[in-house]
Order: sequence, then C-alpha cells, then structure tokens
Amino acid sequence: MSLSAALTSRAAAAVDVRRAGRSATVSALMPLAAVVVLAALPFLVYAGVTDTLVNLFVLIALASMWNLLAGFGGLVSVGQQAYIGIGAYSVIAFAGQGVQPYLAILLAALTSVIFAVPTSWLAFRLRGDYFAVGTWVIAEVYRLVVVRVDSLGGASGKGLTGLAGIDQTLRGALTYWVALGLAFASIATCYLLLRGRLGLSLMAVRDEETAAGSAGIDVRRAKYLVYLVAAAGCGAAGGVITVSSLSVNPDAVFSVQWSAYMIFIVVIGGIGFIEGPLLGAVVFFALQQFLADYGSWYLVLLGAIGMAAALWLPGGLWGVMRDRTGLSLFPVGYHVRL
Amino acid sequence: MAPLLHLENITKSFGRVTVAKDMTLSVAPGEALGIVGPNGAGKSSLFAMISGDLRPDRGTIRFDGRDITGAAPHARTRAGIGRTYQVPRPFEHLTVFENVLVCGHQGARLKGRAAWQRTMEVLDRTGLAPLANTPAGRLGLLQRKRLEVARAMGTGPRLVLLDEVAGGLTEPEVLELVTVVRQLHTEGLGIVWIEHVVHALVKTVGRMVCLAGGDVVADGDPVEVLADPKVRELYLGAGPEAGAGTAAEVLQ
Repeated sequence: MSLSAALTSRAAAAVDVRRAGRSATVSALMPLAAVVVLAALPFLVYAGVTDTLVNLFVLIALASMWNLLAGFGGLVSVGQQAYIGIGAYSVIAFAGQGVQPYLAILLAALTSVIFAVPTSWLAFRLRGDYFAVGTWVIAEVYRLVVVRVDSLGGASGKGLTGLAGIDQTLRGALTYWVALGLAFASIATCYLLLRGRLGLSLMAVRDEETAAGSAGIDVRRAKYLVYLVAAAGCGAAGGVITVSSLSVNPDAVFSVQWSAYMIFIVVIGGIGFIEGPLLGAVVFFALQQFLADYGSWYLVLLGAIGMAAALWLPGGLWGVMRDRTGLSLFPVGYHVRL
Repeated sequence: MAPLLHLENITKSFGRVTVAKDMTLSVAPGEALGIVGPNGAGKSSLFAMISGDLRPDRGTIRFDGRDITGAAPHARTRAGIGRTYQVPRPFEHLTVFENVLVCGHQGARLKGRAAWQRTMEVLDRTGLAPLANTPAGRLGLLQRKRLEVARAMGTGPRLVLLDEVAGGLTEPEVLELVTVVRQLHTEGLGIVWIEHVVHALVKTVGRMVCLAGGDVVADGDPVEVLADPKVRELYLGAGPEAGAGTAAEVLQ
C-alpha cells in the first residue's frame, strides 16, 4: 500500500488517544461500590424492600437492552416482550424438566436467542415505523401460540416448580441477588459491547446507515448481533420475573406494557447513554411507588412526564446532568489529546 | 495494464427513467478520471452502482479482476473502494475522530493504535486534526465535505469516488480541496471525480468522461472532451460559439 507508506507524518507516540470521560477511576469505582452495597442489602433490610427492588433491577435490565437496541442500534422495537415471555416460559419449562430454576434463567437467555434468529429474518425486512409495529405483531403471535400449548398452562398460565424446598427468606435473597446480577450484567454487557469496535459501528449505523455501509461496516451483522444480545437480556429478565412471581401468566409476560415501560424509562433517563436507563429506571420506579395509590392518575402523570421529557429534554435527565457536570460513568467515546 | 475498475454493459432504469444505458467504462490503477454531464445524466447513480448502494439491472462490475456486481457495500469498501456523498452524510453524534476511526476499523480492518494513528494521519492530511474531538453534527459545509474525503481515505482505498466534493464551496475552499485531492493522486491513489466545478477537475484529472442519458458521450483528454461540440451543447448548455468561450475560460 503506497498510500500507507506515504502517510508517515505522525509518529506513533504523537497520537495520544483517551477514552472520553472526565474521571476514569471514579467511573470504575462508583458502579462497583454500588453493587457491593446493594449485594449486602438482604442482610440489612426487611424482605419487603428487597422484593420490591427485584422489580427495579428487572426494569434496569430491560431498559438497558431497549436502549442498546434503539439508542445505539437505531432499532426501535415495540416487541421485546416477546423475549420476556419466551424467557419466562423457558424457566417454567426447564424447571418442569427438573432444572434448578435459577440456573434455568441462563437457559432462558439462550432460548430467547434461538427464537430471535428466525424472528430477525422476518423483522429485519421491515424498517423504521414498520419495524416497530412488526415487532409488536410478532410478540402477539408468540403469545397466541403459547396460550395454545396445554402443557404450558394455556391461557391461564402455570406455576413454577422446583423452588418449594428452599426456605422463603433464602429464596427471597437468592432471587434478589440473581436480579441484581442481571441488572449488573446488562449494564456491563452494554458497556463492554459499546466500548469496542462493534459499538462504534453500531452508533455509525444508527446515525447514517448508507454511509455506514460505505465506511466498511457490515450493517446487517451489526444490527443482528445487537438484536440477539437484547433478546438474551430480555429473556433472562423474563426468567427473573418468573422466579420472583413463582408463576407465569401469558397476558402479563407478553404484555406490550413492558415496551411502554422500557421506552418511558429510556426517554426520561436519556436515550443513547448507558447511564440513561439506570437513572430513568430509578425515577420511574420512584414514581411507581409514590403514585401507586392514585389509580388512573398515575398513568396520566407518567404519560405527561414522558411527553415533557421527549419535548424538552431530548437527552433525558442524564443528558442534562452530563452537560452540566461533564460526568460520564461509562465512557464509550474517544478523546484525542491535541 | 489490467483495469482496476471495469464496468461492462451496465443498464439501470427506474420505470421509464434510464440512468445507465449499456454503459461500459474502465479506470486504470492510479488513474484520475473526471466525470461531467448535465443533471440527470446518471452520474450519482453510477457511483451508487460502483459502491453497492444500487444494483444494476444488467451488466457486470469488476474491481481488481473480481466480479463485485452483487457484493454488499461494506465488502466493496473492504476490497478498496472508498466514496464520498454529494450531500455529506456524517455520523452526527460521533466526533470527527470517531467518524474516521470507524472507517479504519471496518474498512481498512485496523485495530487499536494502528487505527488511531491512521485516523490522525488522515485528519492531518485533510486539515481536520484540530476538530478531532468535535461532534460531526456541529461541522460547517466545508468541514463536512472534508470529512467525507477523510472517511473515504480512512477506509484504506485504492480507488476513491468523489461525488461533487467542491460543490457549494467558496473559491479558496475549492483550491484547498483540490490540493488535498491532487496530493492523494500523486501518491498513487485512483480517483473518479464527479464535479460541476469544472476548473477544479481540469486541474486534477488526466482523463475526462462526459455522461448524458445514461451513456458515455465523450471520453479522453479533459481539454478535448470540454472542446467537443456534443459536450458543449449538452453540458455547458449553449451553442458551439458560446461553449467554446466557456471552455476556454474554464481552462485558464
């Protein structure tokens, strides 16, 4: 390559590139410290608190996966409940075969990936709005198929077997730790994926798909990978929902409401930031707790907040925070020292 | 010498509009080819077919001897075809550095420090180095045009397709850009350049092709092509006398 040979004006040492972000040590330590404190909670607080927090961790995981899909991959899906449902039912099915339910959560993630492969062939033929609606329709199809399988309990769902022998307190703590692990793994996966070369490709595809192809990016492969990862994450979350509720109901696990939650959380937290779903899930969770007694006003208020965030906070709460402080817990960009 | 790029009997139409009519065209390794023609002549469609954004109805496209007619855009980039877009298409949320880096990763298949280094070299060459950390969405038109060239360079091409990179720029900006492109060419890079700013082309290319109605109407020395009565009538949109004057002005 004559051109590379000619392009030698810059010595290797002269290129000083850092991963963008103000304080790398703080970034690494803060999430780890948070995980350690949270992991100790079952020894410190009442079971009611940790049981409630399981829901928060599930929401963090789900929203992180949706953010990965939509905020980084440009794949606006309204059908991730398909994988929540497949994951939830996988745990029921594997536990029925004698697999330890907590271990079955890993298999649930795998099952979701297996279903995501043929689903993607169908869904990826659609783009933009059609992709969004198409994924929702596919999720409904999965629900309709599942309620016709009698061995899975049909339309009324099925209870989880295999956890009966475990002491209730221990079971609560185990479920809590598994849910915490899920949330941590979801964020860590997003971070590691986006920091790498695939992450940069994904963001390029999101910004300009045609130009991404000309940049040498295998656009289809990048989308495909991120779709499978999101399916695995949502499948595992579905599994955690099952071990937490000890039963599965098709209308609940395949509900489009999950997508509404994910979108709301990511929009108010900040789409396209790894921190966004984390912050958004905490805010959403707090709203849920405070407004639980207000009936339908709760939904009206959530809707109003979501719309306000979409209109006036395009970067969400984290976008505002980052602009004010320059803080980045999970830096994925590059910064050149000039 | 075997051609680097060879298009044979390319035909493409959208309904009743034909953008390529049994077109045959070759580019030798290291050659700089200018393409002119009136609006709708099929210039941008030609690039889209070479880069893989558009598939011809008939005909074959060969690059370096390999048939790439059905290859995906990213495969062509990796094979050595870089391109720019007439209307810049930056990755708006990525910085200038990241815009070029992703091309180094995916187009040139470079990793780690080698990719960073190449990216900075390209940014130095295109004058974008001081803007390395600027989000591409905040760039002005000249910088966006430069970024198009930088990204094409970042993929490690043997042939670059430049689609009106000088359009919309001021005279000094055009001259700066011409300097960059000429330098790349003198280093052995093949160039195919579509441009309405004809004087920028004449300064750079060794051969010129005029397209009209999806076919080649003139092909050869830039001065001779511009003096061709058919070209003057088609492209310069004037009679033979007026055309001669315009061509002469252009060549000054």
